[in-house]
Amino acid sequence: MKKENPALKYTFAIMVIFHGMIPASAGDVSYNRDVRPILSDKCFSCHGFDPKTRKANLRLDTVEGATSEINGVRAIVPGDIKKSEAWLRISSGEKGEVMPPPKSNKSLTNAEKEIIRKWIEQGAGYEQHWSFVKLKPVKVPTVKDATWPGNAIDHFILSRLEKENLTPSSKATKETLIRRLSLDLTGLPPSMAEVDAFLADNSDNAYEKVVDRILQSRHYGERMAVDWLDAARFADSNGYQVDRDRELWPWRDWLIRSFNENKPFDQFTIEQIAGDLLPNATMEQKVATGFNRNHMLNEEGGVLADEFLAEYTADRVETTAAIWLGQTFNCARCHDHKYDPITQKDFYAFKAFFHNVPESGVGRYGNPIRQNAPPFLKLPTPEIELKIKKLNEQIKSLGDQQAAMMGKSTAGLAEWVKRLGKPVAWEAVEILGASGGELSPKINGPAKTLEIGPQETRAGTIKMNLRLPRGRTTALQVEITTQAATAGFQWSEFKIFRPAGKDKSKLPLKLKAVAAGDSLGVIETAKVLDNDRKTRIAVAVKPGARVLGSFEFLEGLVIDESNSNIEIEMVIENTNGPTILRVLSTNVESDLLAPLNITNIAAKEESKRSPAEKKMLLDFRISQQPEYRKLGEELDALKKQVDSAEKEIQTTLVMEEMKEPRPTFVLMRGAYDKPGERVTAATPAILPPMPVDQPRNRLGLAKWLVSAENPLTARVTVNRFWQQVFGVGLVRTSEDFGAQGEAPSHPELLDFLANEFIQGGWNVKKMMKLMVMSSTYRQQSKITPQSRERDPDNRLLSRGPRFRLQAEFVRDQALFASGLMVDKIGGPSVKPYHPPGLYEQVTAGTGYNVYVVGKGEDLHRRSIYTYWKRSVPNPAMLLFDAPFRESCTLRRPRTNTPLQALNLMNDPTYVEASRSLAQRMIVEGGSTVESRIRLGFRLLLARQPRPAELEVLRASHARNLADFQKDTEAAKALLATGEFKNDAKLNPIELAALTSVASVILNLDEVVTKE
Amino acid sequence: MKPEILNEQVCRRHFLGRASAGIGAAAIASLLNPRLFASVQSPNFNPRAKRIIWLTQAGAPSQLELFDYKPGLQAHFDKDLPNSIRGEQRLTGMTAGQKRFPVAPSAYKFQQHGKSGLWLSELLPHTARFADDLCVIRTLNTEAINHDPAMTMLQTGHQIGGRPAFGAWVSYGLGSENSDLPAFVAMISRPSGPTNAQPLHERMWGAGFLPSRYQGVRFSSGKDPVLFLSNPPGINSERRRAMIDDVASLNKLKFEEYQDPETQARIDQYEMAFRMQAAVPELADLSKEQSKTLERYGPEAKKPGTYAANCILARRLAERGVRFIQLYHRGWDQHNNLPGGIKSQCYDTDQPTAALLADLKERGMLEDTLVIWGGEFGRTVYSQGTLTKDNYGRDHHPRCYSIWMAGAGIKGGQAYGETDDFSYNIVKDPVHIHDLNATALHLMGIDHTKLTYRFQGRDYRLTDVHGNVIKGVLS
Repeated sequence: MKKENPALKYTFAIMVIFHGMIPASAGDVSYNRDVRPILSDKCFSCHGFDPKTRKANLRLDTVEGATSEINGVRAIVPGDIKKSEAWLRISSGEKGEVMPPPKSNKSLTNAEKEIIRKWIEQGAGYEQHWSFVKLKPVKVPTVKDATWPGNAIDHFILSRLEKENLTPSSKATKETLIRRLSLDLTGLPPSMAEVDAFLADNSDNAYEKVVDRILQSRHYGERMAVDWLDAARFADSNGYQVDRDRELWPWRDWLIRSFNENKPFDQFTIEQIAGDLLPNATMEQKVATGFNRNHMLNEEGGVLADEFLAEYTADRVETTAAIWLGQTFNCARCHDHKYDPITQKDFYAFKAFFHNVPESGVGRYGNPIRQNAPPFLKLPTPEIELKIKKLNEQIKSLGDQQAAMMGKSTAGLAEWVKRLGKPVAWEAVEILGASGGELSPKINGPAKTLEIGPQETRAGTIKMNLRLPRGRTTALQVEITTQAATAGFQWSEFKIFRPAGKDKSKLPLKLKAVAAGDSLGVIETAKVLDNDRKTRIAVAVKPGARVLGSFEFLEGLVIDESNSNIEIEMVIENTNGPTILRVLSTNVESDLLAPLNITNIAAKEESKRSPAEKKMLLDFRISQQPEYRKLGEELDALKKQVDSAEKEIQTTLVMEEMKEPRPTFVLMRGAYDKPGERVTAATPAILPPMPVDQPRNRLGLAKWLVSAENPLTARVTVNRFWQQVFGVGLVRTSEDFGAQGEAPSHPELLDFLANEFIQGGWNVKKMMKLMVMSSTYRQQSKITPQSRERDPDNRLLSRGPRFRLQAEFVRDQALFASGLMVDKIGGPSVKPYHPPGLYEQVTAGTGYNVYVVGKGEDLHRRSIYTYWKRSVPNPAMLLFDAPFRESCTLRRPRTNTPLQALNLMNDPTYVEASRSLAQRMIVEGGSTVESRIRLGFRLLLARQPRPAELEVLRASHARNLADFQKDTEAAKALLATGEFKNDAKLNPIELAALTSVASVILNLDEVVTKE
Repeated sequence: MKPEILNEQVCRRHFLGRASAGIGAAAIASLLNPRLFASVQSPNFNPRAKRIIWLTQAGAPSQLELFDYKPGLQAHFDKDLPNSIRGEQRLTGMTAGQKRFPVAPSAYKFQQHGKSGLWLSELLPHTARFADDLCVIRTLNTEAINHDPAMTMLQTGHQIGGRPAFGAWVSYGLGSENSDLPAFVAMISRPSGPTNAQPLHERMWGAGFLPSRYQGVRFSSGKDPVLFLSNPPGINSERRRAMIDDVASLNKLKFEEYQDPETQARIDQYEMAFRMQAAVPELADLSKEQSKTLERYGPEAKKPGTYAANCILARRLAERGVRFIQLYHRGWDQHNNLPGGIKSQCYDTDQPTAALLADLKERGMLEDTLVIWGGEFGRTVYSQGTLTKDNYGRDHHPRCYSIWMAGAGIKGGQAYGETDDFSYNIVKDPVHIHDLNATALHLMGIDHTKLTYRFQGRDYRLTDVHGNVIKGVLS
C-alpha cells in the first residue's frame, strides 16, 4: 500500500461507528425527529432542564419556557420568526450576539438553521420526547408490492423503501440464510447435515422449520447470554487494582438456562432484580439476583469503604437505567441531567432501591482467593451436603463422649493441683541467626530478641536459628511485644525444624497448640499450625502488653551436645508497625502447661476454691487424660474434614435486603462524603408512577420496569434484539433513548414490535422468530449500486445485514467447524490458550495473577466460558472489540485491524483449529484434493466454493504440498502447535498442506462475517 | 467504481454529518487527503511536538526525595505535622489510624544544577545533567487517593475506567505517521529491587469508548513484542506472504461480488499485519545500536524488558514516527523503607531517562518530542509507620506532587509552582491533571476543548469540562 494511504485502513470501521441520522424528508418538520436533536445538542446545555446551568433564565426544552416573555422579548413566537428572539440570535452575524456563542464550540449549520426556521414558521409545535410517549397501537402500513412482505415487519420496511423509491434486495441463498440464522441465534455455523437437510427440503415452510429447530438449540441460550453478559458487566474477577477472583458463574449459567427455557422477559427481569424478594424465593431465583453483584469491587489496601459503596450503588443505578430504560442516568449523578428530564434527586431516589444490601465498600483484602464478598449464596451439591451431615453427626457423638467424661473423679488430682500451683519457668532462647526479606528482622543478642517489620509489609517468612538449652524441652512460647504506639501483624503459619539430617530431610516437629499462662487460647494458636495461610492470628500489641503463643512438642524434644540448634519458620501476611519477638522454652511436664485461669485456681488454698472452680480444675485435668485427648484428636480431624468440605462448596454472589434500610442521600456533586437531602426509593418523575400497592423496594421496581405502562422497557429491549440480528438498532444508539440519542429510523415499527412483545407475554423466542421470519431479514446482503447511493449504511434496510462476527463467535466458529469444540453447557470458567507472560507484566504476577493454561476440554469450550479477568481480559477477545466488562456495554464497536489479522493467523487457537479442520477434510472429505477443499470451505461457509475460489485454494494446496515435501521439518513443526493430536496414520505432508489451506479459509473476510 | 473511491465517499459523507464534530473525525477524514490535513489541524497554532514520550512512574514516586526541595524540614524531624497544614484532608485507611504524623525530612541531599540552578536530588545524578531542559512542575494535583483510580485519572482524565487513554485520544486525533507501526505503544517494566510493584490494568492504555483501533498496543519483551506477531513454527515469512496473497485473492473475489468496503479494509489490514511482522522485530533488534549508545543507558540496557531497554525502544519508536510512546516503570509505592526503595527505583530509571534525553538531543528530536516523567500522585511529608533518621515510609498524597516535562515547546531549567514548607499544600500556581493534559495536547497542536468524541449523547474530552493550558511552562 502506498505510504500516503494509511488512513484508508481506518475509514471503514469508522463508518460503522458514525452512522448519521437519516435526513428528514422535505416538507413538514417534526419536532421529535428534526428539531429536538438540534436543540438538544446545541442549546439545552445552557437553556435546558438543569436550572443550575441555565443561562438568561431561558429554557427552550418546554413550550412554556420558550414562549414566555423575558426582559420584553420572547425566544420563540410561534409562526413569527421576526419576533422570535431565538431566531434573531441564531441567524445573527454579530459575534457578541450569535447563538450558540462561539466560545461554546457549538454552531448551527445552515441546514439546521433552516429546520428551526421552518419549525417556528409552522407553529413551533413541541412534542414529548418520543421514547417517553406511551405506547399506542400501531397500524401496519399498506404497501404497493403486496407480494414481498413475509410478515408485518416488512410492511413497515417496504413502505419506507417505496417512499424513497427503493426496492428491496433479492432473497439470499439457502446456504447464506442457514449460516446467517445459525450465527445470529447460536453463534455457531450450521453443521453439514443441517445444511444438506435444508437444501433438500423443498417444502414451503422449510425455512421456518430451520428457524424452529435453531430456537430449540441448547446453543441459543449461550448466544443470547453473551450480549446480556456485556450489559451486566459479568467477569470472573473483582476489578480494580487487586482484581482477585470472584464466583458468579452460577448466575451466568442461570442466564443461559433462562434463555433456553424462554423465560418471559418480565419474569427474567423480576428474578434478576428482585428474585430474593419473591415470596418463597427458590434457590434459582436467588441466584438470578447475582445480576446486581456484577459490579467491580475494590480491594486495594487503604481504600475508603464509603467511597466505593457509593460507586457500586451508582453503578447499579446506571446499569439498570441503561439496560431497561435506555437512559443515561450517569449524567444525573452530579447534577440534573443536561439533556433529559432526569433530576439529580431522581438518581439518588433510584439508588435507594439498591442501597439496602448487607455489603461493604471494600473487598476483603488479604483473605483467601476465590472467596466471595458477602452476601453470597452457598450452592452445595447433594453429595457434599450429605458428607457434611454425616461428619457433623460423628462430631456430635464424639463430643458427647467427651462431655460424659467431665465431672468424674480422677486419680492423682490433688497431687497435680499442688504441682500446678507453682509458676512455670520459661527461659528466653538465644537467637543465633534470622532472615526475613522485607520484614528485615534484626537480632538484639543480649536481649535475645528479634525486631521485625519497621512498617507495612504484605507478606514474608521469618526464619530463626535458635540454640535450646540442653536436655528436655517440652514447650516453646513465642512472645510478641512492641515499643511503638501500636503495632501488629497477621501470623498465619508456624513451624519448628531440627536441622537437616544426613539424608537432608528437614521435617517439621509435631506441635500442639497449648494454652499456658497468659498465652493465647488454643483455638487461636492452632491457626498457625494448620498448614493453611488463610487462617491467621491477628496480633495487635501496645507498649507494656504482650501476645504469647505456646506450643507443646507432641513427641518430646531432647537436645544433646551434637544437636542443640533448631529452626523456626513464622509466616507473616501483613505487618503494621514494628514488633519485638522472643522465643522462650520450658522443660516442665506437659501436664503443667495450663492457662492462667487454671493455674490461678490451683494457687489458691483448697478451702478458698469455689465449687465451680473445683469443677474447672477437675475438668481441665480430665481434658489432659490420654482417652480424652485421643477423642479430641479425632474431633480435630473430623472438623478439618468438615472445613475442607465446606470449602468445596460453590458460592455465588447474590442480593439481600437489610431489615433496616440504609439511609440514602443526594450526594452533592456526586461526592460520597457530601450528603445532601435525604431521599427514599422512587422512580423518576417523568415516567409513569409506581402503583401505590407495590412495595418501594427492588421487587416493586422490577414490576414497574416491566409494567405495560412503562414506555421504555419494551422499546429498548426489542431494539437490542433488532441490533443483534440486523447489526444496528432501529435506534442506533441502543444505550441512549434520551434526547441526545438518535431517533428511531422506523418509529412505528419500533412501537409495533414493542407492543407485540408485551402482548405476546414478553416472549423472547417469539420476538426473535418474528424478526428472522421477515423478508427484510432474508434479503441478500450485497451492496448494489442503488443501495450504495441511496442507503449506504443500510438504515433503510434495502439489503440484508452483513457485519463481522462478535469476538466470541469468531473463535467458536473455528472450534466448531474444525471439530474441536467441546459441546458442554455451563460450569466454572476455563483458561484456554493465552500468550505467556501477559499477566506477570501487568499484575502482581503471583498466585491468582498467573495464568495457568488449562488442559483437555478446557482448551476447547465455547468462548462464553473463557475466564474473564478485568485487568487483563483475554487479549484475543479485546482485539475483536469485546469490552473490559467494567461497566454496562450495550453496543460493541466493530473494528477491522491488523492485530486481528495477526491473531487469526498466529494464535495457537487457530493454528490448532486449522490442523483439526485439515484432518476433517481428509477423513470426511473424500479422496480428491478438490473434494477435501470443498468440505473445508463448506464447513465454514455452508456454500460451495465458486470455480475461481476453488482455483485459488487448489493452487494454494499445490504450492504448500510442494513446499512441505521439500521441507518436512517445517511440516512437522506446523503440526505440533496445540494440544490436539493429529491422527498418526495420516501423511504429515498432506496434512500440513491442507492445514495451510484451512488457515486461508479461517482467515477469509466472509468467514469472520455474518453475511 | 474503485473501492478507494467508494470509501472516500462513504467517509466524507460521515464527516459532514452529525458525527463530524471534533477534530478526531476530521483528522481521519483529512488522512484521506493529506492536503486537507494541514488546514484542519493548525488553524490556531502550529504543533510544537510531533510525539509524546510519557515515562510513567507507577506507584507514585515521592516528590520530597526527588524534586520538591524542603531544607526547612530537617528542623522538624519527628515533630508532628501541624494540624494547620494537615487540615481536613482525607488520608488513606493505611495511615488514617496513626496516632502521630511525624515529619520525615528527605534522607537525600539536594543540589543546584545547570545554568538555571534547578534544585534536584542526589538520587538523580544523570537526569541532573539535563537540568536546563527540565521544567519541574511541583504543584500537580489530583483527587484520587488510591492507585487504581489515580492512575486511571492520570491516563484518561477520569477516575473511573471506561474513558480513552491520553495516547488513544492522540491516536484518534492525529492518526499515525507510520503505516507499519501503531500510533500508540505502551511498554511496562518491573523494578529490579525487591519492592512492591503496584499492579496496572490493560484499560490504562485502552481506547475506552473510542473504537478499539486507537488503543495502545503493548510491546513486551518476550518472543512476541506484539501479541501474536510471530508466525507459528513451520511457517516462515515466504509462506506467510503466500498465504496472505491467497487470502487477498479470495477476499478480492468477495469484494467484487459484495462491494462491502469492510472486505477491502480487511485486505489492507492483512497487508499491514505483514509489514508489522517485519517492522516490529527490526525495531526491537538492538544489535545495530552502537555499543557506546547502549552503554549510555546503563548496565540494565541489554536486559530485555527493563526500563533501560524500553527507553532505547522508546527512542527507536520515536524515530519511526510513533505518536505516543508510554513507558510504565512499576515499584514506586514506598509505604515503608522509602530511602532504600527509592534509591533502587532511581538506579533503574535515572540513567536510562537521561540517556533517552541525550539521544533525542543528539538527533535533534528533543525539539519536537515532548517527554513527561512522573507518577499518579505524590507522597506524604509525614512518616507512615516508624520514623528513624535513615528509615521511614510515606503514604499517598494527591494534593500536590512533582513531575517534569522536557523537550518540544517546554521552557526548561525551571521549577513551576510552589508548595508550602511541608510539600503538603499548594501555595502558588496549582496544576491539575487536566491542565497538564491540556498543555500536552496544546503542544501537539490540538485545542483540548475541540478534541471530542460523542458517546452516550455527550461530547467527551480528555479534559472533561476542565483544563487550562499552563502558559508558564511553555517556551
